[in-house]
Amino acid sequence: MYETKYHRASSVSDAAAMLKNADDGKLLSGGQTLIPTMKQRLAAPSDLIDLRHIAEMSGITKQADGSIRIGAATTHAEVASNDDIKTALSGLADLAGMIGDPHVRHMGTIGGSIANNDPAADYPAALLALGATIETNKREFSASNFFTGMFETALDEDEIVTAVILPVAANTAYAKFPNPASRYAMAGVFVAKTSAGARVAVTGAGQDGVFRMPDMEKALDSNWAAEAVVGIAPAEDNMLSDMHGTAAYRANLVTVMAKRAVAASA
Amino acid sequence: MTAEGIGARVLRKEDKRFLTGNGRYTDDMTMPRMGHAAFVRSTHAHARITSINTDDAMKMPGVDAVLNGHQLVADGIGNIICGWMIHSKDGSPMNMGAYRALESEIVRYVGQAIAIVIADTQQQARDAADAVIVEYEELPVVVDSLDALKEGAPQLHPEAAGNLIYDWEIGEEAATNEAFANAAHITTMDIDNNRLVPNPMEPRAALAHFDPAEEHYTLYTTSQNPHVARLVLSAFYNVAPENKLRVIAPDVGGGFGSKIFIYPEEIACLWATKRVGRPVKWTSDRTEAFLTDAHGRDHHTTAELALDANNKITGFRVKTVANLGAYMSLFSSSVPTYLYATLLSGQYNIPHIYANVKAVYTNTTPVDAYRGAGRPEATYVVERMMETVAKEVGMSPAEFRRINFIRQFPHQTPVIMAYDAGDYEASLDAAMKIIDYDGFAQRRAQSEAAGKLRGIGMSCYIEACGIAPSQAVGSLGAGVGLWESAEVRVNAVGTIEVLTGSHSHGQGHETTFAQLVSDRLGLPTESISIVHGDTDKVQMGMGTYGSRSGAVGMSAIAKALDKVEAKAKKIAAHLMEAAEGDIEIEGGELKVAGTDKKLTFTEVALAAYTAHNLPEGMEPGLKEGAFYDPTNFTFPAGCYICEVEIDPDTGVVSIENFVAADDFGTIINPMIVEGQVHGGLVQGIGQAMLENTQYDEEGQLLTASYMDYTMPRADNVPSFKLETTVTECPGNPLGMKGCGEAGAIGSPPAVINAVTDALGIRDMNMPASPNRVWQLIQDNGIKQAAE
Repeated sequence: MYETKYHRASSVSDAAAMLKNADDGKLLSGGQTLIPTMKQRLAAPSDLIDLRHIAEMSGITKQADGSIRIGAATTHAEVASNDDIKTALSGLADLAGMIGDPHVRHMGTIGGSIANNDPAADYPAALLALGATIETNKREFSASNFFTGMFETALDEDEIVTAVILPVAANTAYAKFPNPASRYAMAGVFVAKTSAGARVAVTGAGQDGVFRMPDMEKALDSNWAAEAVVGIAPAEDNMLSDMHGTAAYRANLVTVMAKRAVAASA
Repeated sequence: MTAEGIGARVLRKEDKRFLTGNGRYTDDMTMPRMGHAAFVRSTHAHARITSINTDDAMKMPGVDAVLNGHQLVADGIGNIICGWMIHSKDGSPMNMGAYRALESEIVRYVGQAIAIVIADTQQQARDAADAVIVEYEELPVVVDSLDALKEGAPQLHPEAAGNLIYDWEIGEEAATNEAFANAAHITTMDIDNNRLVPNPMEPRAALAHFDPAEEHYTLYTTSQNPHVARLVLSAFYNVAPENKLRVIAPDVGGGFGSKIFIYPEEIACLWATKRVGRPVKWTSDRTEAFLTDAHGRDHHTTAELALDANNKITGFRVKTVANLGAYMSLFSSSVPTYLYATLLSGQYNIPHIYANVKAVYTNTTPVDAYRGAGRPEATYVVERMMETVAKEVGMSPAEFRRINFIRQFPHQTPVIMAYDAGDYEASLDAAMKIIDYDGFAQRRAQSEAAGKLRGIGMSCYIEACGIAPSQAVGSLGAGVGLWESAEVRVNAVGTIEVLTGSHSHGQGHETTFAQLVSDRLGLPTESISIVHGDTDKVQMGMGTYGSRSGAVGMSAIAKALDKVEAKAKKIAAHLMEAAEGDIEIEGGELKVAGTDKKLTFTEVALAAYTAHNLPEGMEPGLKEGAFYDPTNFTFPAGCYICEVEIDPDTGVVSIENFVAADDFGTIINPMIVEGQVHGGLVQGIGQAMLENTQYDEEGQLLTASYMDYTMPRADNVPSFKLETTVTECPGNPLGMKGCGEAGAIGSPPAVINAVTDALGIRDMNMPASPNRVWQLIQDNGIKQAAE
């Protein structure tokens, strides 16, 4: 790791000011990707601004309309064990409980994860399927506008994710096929019956990051059953391909995981 | 036997310090004024170095020196050697390319050390290493051994035309060919053995110190054999004469073979410490470990088995190409030859065997011994063949093996080995019973009803361990003898220190060696300490590898104990005025048989040191040493059976049952043996299902971190069912055979035999990754058949 300066921000505005004043500052929100990258000397920020101790960014609240607001600095472990989430969005709680290992889940945060938008991260599938709103210190995004590509989001360089708001949905479930080595998702499928209809979002498999499966959604709208998605697969051209999984294999996994997610969503 | 003697499940004495964070590893050591080293490494797999510019690096904060290979050679540091001479079938010696600790002309694999930077801190050293500018002229690259043998392939070393290190053979070719000419059935298979990265938990490290007043060096290092390290560093690398070099291998966190060898980094640290006038420490990071720890396996093999009309094996013909990487590591040459082809007879009576092995240079990390070293490769070939041939001739795999088992001992195979004892059917019967082999058909039907594929496969392995008689290995080209030494020091108060040339880096010697002494003298293990890993304390030793510490290391201790007991009996007889032949040692006491006269061991020890009343002419003291040179290899053997279930939708293979029935001869501590078997099985299953080392065409290691190299984890393996059957080894005083490598040797073919059985196919490569298995299901239309 190269030398860096660590700052602990006490408020969102404090963090924004620290970032502005840094030569080449980076926001730190759990650091489960950033720190290993720095250890390998693949990133060398001059300053790290830690967001995990900002009170206004942590915690989970059930709002008047039933939606769930998760502060961006909330850890995966907190999401996995939160009773409101387990009741209203059990698929999301399950997803959070499947991220990494216990160490990762107690350090990593939802804001850090979605701002990084690793194509094999789990949260983007849930946020896209549930039609989440991503709140920043400047504005709000819908999930479909937020995730723009592999490791890319609509965030400005100096923009800070402050919270994620998730509308309630019925029959939520997440099925993940982990990469045998890294245990990141090779194909992670989140399904939900939302107020706008069936939603299926896929992470880990696509070349451009998280994506929806409209054909599956249509099939599930008329028949919410595992058999409904059999035979529906994404185009292989859009799939990632590497030593752990060919495009054809990943496309197959999307179907299989979707089937399993629907089966588990009852 | 005592409560803590041979056969007792004594808890490991060393675990208290390991579990409480009090282990002392090389990286824990620190010295005043210590500098930290970092290496400048090749970023190309094959390139000519046109310049090394250190100007910027030297100006960086804390930097003491940047040293390269020109200076190393000028200081007379010798080239890295390979310690086992192999001759090609035409009689010519192997073709060895020059291997320097720091390369300054042509680099031949990614990660090869070019320069060493010494600075005040590790960060400063790494920053400066990044700032060294090496300019390269790229050369063509070859990574696969079959490609390296092709006409027009890139050439690595001028000494090895066509990249061929040797073209070696064993057995009688003409007689074997005749067996094939007369065969009723011949099966041919192409079998690859995938390359593995050893991944010990503790990466390699070195701390070197030079004392100018005494002209004396000290090296703390992660070694499985510190005495061999000292010998090689002195005799071949000209670092210092042996009396001026102390090598200490303190607590070492796993080796699996990879810490046998003397690597460039340790040599460079020793050399640099004198040049910079301060202690120099280097600790490998995990990426460096992936790039530079000697890899294992990497064979391409074509094997043919000939049967007569009664399905008895009449001949076995094997051609193997072994990838040794870019340079020859310390024992690399012996692994695909004498540690491999000599085991091709397996557990079977095979009248004629012929094997031809070509060893090849490629632009990859050097390959050397890794847990099992040659024997896993042999076992994989033999046991994949046996299972496949049995099915081809319509016999059950067990029955085919039974009619071909060796049943009389000693048995001379056509490939050097003389098996001394064994009962292969006993292991097979035990394993089949435990796994309920007969109930498999029913379990398969249940799996099929649930849309899953189920398969069962076995492996009847044999290995040659405890390497080995010095005279025998010498005649086969080994540069060292493979005996072991021990010294038993009885203190005046009757406590004991045992000095051993074996080295413990996970094996639990501090417990098992003490159990042997406890068994013999009836003393508690807490009064017995095991001293190892320091060339200043232990005179000489050959170290730990090849499952040899029990059969060879403990035999040396047993011999030293014989002498201690004999002298103690003489003293006791004198003190109690009894005949020496009437003295018995039991429960920590020396007794006169048939009387109530006795002395405690402590009283006898004290008498030896006060020397007030010793037999006429006897020297004071009670301390004896012994060297033990075995008369033969030992031959652990057993039967492993694996049962898998496959999810055809994803290709995921799950091991539902795994039984290991091993014959290790005498077992000192069943708990420790079970731990060794578990660890070996997980490594073998790792090779069969998960681990795979992959390079791209440019020779870049694609699997250089745990993001891509699939290490086995607890949830990849089932709860193993273990059994032991015992035939004592007649070759050593304790009847031990060794258990350290068996699991890694026997398990890969059992797994692949089970997976191919489930899929109903004949051939597949390791590892049985989900993608590979799913693809086989698609290619063979298997899913439809299952539904």
